[in-house]
Amino acid sequence: MELENQLAIPGQPTKKKRTSGIPTSWLDNSARYVLIAPAVLIVLVMAIFPLLVSLYLSFSRFKFVRGGFEITFIGFANYNKLFFGSEQRHLLGKFAPLTPLDMLVMALAIGGMVYLMYRYVRSDRFRIFGFIMRIVAMIFAGALLLMLLASLTLAGWILWVLCIAILFYALFLYTKTAYYHPLGVIVGAGIIIWLSARLQSVLILPNAIGLPGTLSVTLMFVLGGVALQYFLGLGLGLLLTQNLPGKRFFRVVFLLPMMITPVGIGFLFKMMTDTLKGPFSPVWIAAGLGDFAMLGQGDTARLAVIIGDTWQWTPFVFIILLAALEGVSKETIEAALVDGANRFQMFRYLILPEIIPVSTTVILIRLIESFKLIDMPNILTGGGPGTATETLTLQAYVGWRSGDLGGSAALAYILLIVATFCAIVFVNFIRRRLLDWVK
Amino acid sequence: MTTRKTLLLFVVGLLALLSFSSFVTAQDLPFAGVELDVLTFTGPQIAEPLQRRAPDFEALTGAKINVVTVPFSDLYQTILTDQATGTLSYEAFVFAPQWMVDYVVPGYLEDLTPYVEADADLQWEDVGQFFREFSASFGGSIYTIPLDGDFHMVYYRTDVLEQIGMEPPTTWDEYLAVAAAANGMDMNGDGEGDFGSCIAKKRGEQGYWWITSIAAPFIQTQGTSQGAFFDAETFNPLVNNAGFIRALEIYKETNQYGSPDELAMGVGDTRGMWTSGRCALTLDWGDIGSLAVAEGSQVNGLTGAVISPGSTMVLDRATGELVECSAETCPNAIDGVNHAPFAAFGGWSGGVSSQIDQLAKDAAYAYFSYMAQPAQANVDVTIGATGFNPYRISQFEDNTAWLAGGFSEESAAVYLGAIEASLNSPNMVLDLRIPQNQRYQGVVLDEVLSRFLADELTAAEAAAEIEARWNEISDELGREDQLAAYLNTLGTQGGN
Repeated sequence: MELENQLAIPGQPTKKKRTSGIPTSWLDNSARYVLIAPAVLIVLVMAIFPLLVSLYLSFSRFKFVRGGFEITFIGFANYNKLFFGSEQRHLLGKFAPLTPLDMLVMALAIGGMVYLMYRYVRSDRFRIFGFIMRIVAMIFAGALLLMLLASLTLAGWILWVLCIAILFYALFLYTKTAYYHPLGVIVGAGIIIWLSARLQSVLILPNAIGLPGTLSVTLMFVLGGVALQYFLGLGLGLLLTQNLPGKRFFRVVFLLPMMITPVGIGFLFKMMTDTLKGPFSPVWIAAGLGDFAMLGQGDTARLAVIIGDTWQWTPFVFIILLAALEGVSKETIEAALVDGANRFQMFRYLILPEIIPVSTTVILIRLIESFKLIDMPNILTGGGPGTATETLTLQAYVGWRSGDLGGSAALAYILLIVATFCAIVFVNFIRRRLLDWVK
Repeated sequence: MTTRKTLLLFVVGLLALLSFSSFVTAQDLPFAGVELDVLTFTGPQIAEPLQRRAPDFEALTGAKINVVTVPFSDLYQTILTDQATGTLSYEAFVFAPQWMVDYVVPGYLEDLTPYVEADADLQWEDVGQFFREFSASFGGSIYTIPLDGDFHMVYYRTDVLEQIGMEPPTTWDEYLAVAAAANGMDMNGDGEGDFGSCIAKKRGEQGYWWITSIAAPFIQTQGTSQGAFFDAETFNPLVNNAGFIRALEIYKETNQYGSPDELAMGVGDTRGMWTSGRCALTLDWGDIGSLAVAEGSQVNGLTGAVISPGSTMVLDRATGELVECSAETCPNAIDGVNHAPFAAFGGWSGGVSSQIDQLAKDAAYAYFSYMAQPAQANVDVTIGATGFNPYRISQFEDNTAWLAGGFSEESAAVYLGAIEASLNSPNMVLDLRIPQNQRYQGVVLDEVLSRFLADELTAAEAAAEIEARWNEISDELGREDQLAAYLNTLGTQGGN
């Protein structure tokens, strides 16, 4: 019956059989709506409606008044305050004037992006929508780089550069031109030149350096934390695929940190980083660091947060990679062994291709999760000293807690946009390429 | 078998009789069948006495009290959303009077003035004047019943000061001098150098409270109703001036005599350091007094307390510069020193929801009245675990409860003397109670101070930034409205 209706020629009346007065086709047609409606409603009510309300809230001012509350539409005022007004320093950081070398790095980055764009336009993958999205991504990435160049402290940059170096190394390990990919060499050289110049300018002019805002701090935690978690997790996973005694025991032990509540871990690391009363205080004092407080300095406090976060989330990466590693076929490895492959070759040509799909997925999950980091800095430092360890989520939470609902909704939207952008770039730019290569 | 049956029958009969009799007695009680959910923070302090005394109150009145707790940082928001959305999960709240204005203006709190006037057992006149007229009131009406008295004091180690031959500090400059002299001495006999000053400076915790204690004696001279936060005419913040900048410098200088990780310490940490004998001076609420005599304390009998230090130089509000204290500039000065003890937080107080039925309101009020009556309150304030500090005049006059609580005659006299001196000061500083004060203090002041302490800003830059951002919030919320609320809390303009 249904088939008959669908095959009916337009313009010609269809024969309808009637059962108890209601057309069966009508029943058939409405059934799908009736069945889908609850699910659609739930999605609308639970996900989209709050998103829209908070979007509206971010453009308004919220106030409790007699008998309820009052929401006044104020346009972009909340965003304006965050990007250009009194909260700019808090969100984006204190900008140091750009040196000629900063500009060179910026030019190199833009040049690299234009070069990639050029290749895209000339390739047969070119689509108008993809082109527009790439332009948007370029502007966004350029703005982020500019902010980081002007606002990161030296130690922040060293950490940043280390993570980038690790990532680049990891990326090019996957490709066939392992040691001299031209883009890698250009970016690497640019970073080294810039860093050494930055170091000199800092030694001469200590105030010439900027200070990171909550956005840069969040990005630092995300990149530093995820890179560390991935490589530690991979290392532990590889270790446990060897035939070592006590394998099962350690598998459970390595998983434990993930089961502890983040607040508990915050307190744990507060105690461990305490140079005066903590369990490591004899070590600190013996090392001559009794007068030094890890949580009292911006860079070391950030390091403490990254270590705590890594300690908690490495097990997550570890357990997923372990499953992938254990899925690698033993026969292939044995065959390679017989053919005389060394350990590095086996890892590089047999194991890596097998675990890349899982690796990219686990990195994506951790990437998105890390943007929402709040427990560790909140417990460990309260975002201090200054704003050194304050993440975007913490900033939004403090605003919400004090009744500034509009401002914190605006911050939450900024976080949503940045996290989505980074996830999309990761999926399109890195994950897809790696998966193609594996195929 | 039959004996068992008889026994069973007997027990059932007895139970039935008991429940019936309790039913009968319950019917006679004024609030029989009323059940109240009282919201406060996780404690254990504050919630402890509220829970402990609930069964006694139930036996007296028939009202069943459930004490519900949320983490401190969520309390303000929980009360606000519960009342604003009309959820009304809670009938009464124990909270900081500082937040009162955000609840009174939208009409969430019941006006308790007629209840207090009709309640002889409460002995309202026995409550310290400051708490009656400022903490508990807004716009001339009473909205909360004080259960606790909160203000900052300076504590000192009597033995250490004796050793270095110095007197307890009366000004902030003396505080720095004592801290500098004592810093590095071994104060608890463990062979390690200890600290001259311990102040909890962690961001997001108590870091921003102390600056008002240091700045107030420079800024407020003419009595409580003058106010220490804003100009009463223009509503300009009293921040970007020589007095506040000097206070910032003093606050930062205390870093030099404190533990290296002081910027990451909350009061939990500094109180622990105090009781383990690692500090010569500390700035804190009344809690240190009872903690020092608690079990495990190494400073029992060695803890002295003085009124929060003052200043001999005060702000001339017309010029923004500091001038010497004189009879005119500092009418409340003691020996030429202007003291302005800061009633930080204002003391935990009970308020009743205005949106519940009359019987529940009566029961909730009766419960707070019961908690605050001298028979209960005068015992609770002597127990460290309650978190309650003295606020009634009778609590200072009779030291028997204090001696029973573990104090020696001398330490009780010193501790109560310091509190009484603060409480009697006509120049006490009321905490900021304008709408959304959390944004002024908990967000802006906290963040800028923390950046200043971490050397990201100079004192002048910090003062200018606080001023600009406070002005921005005021303009956003309506400068006239904010000014009116500010004057209301200072009691200089009746009615709301």
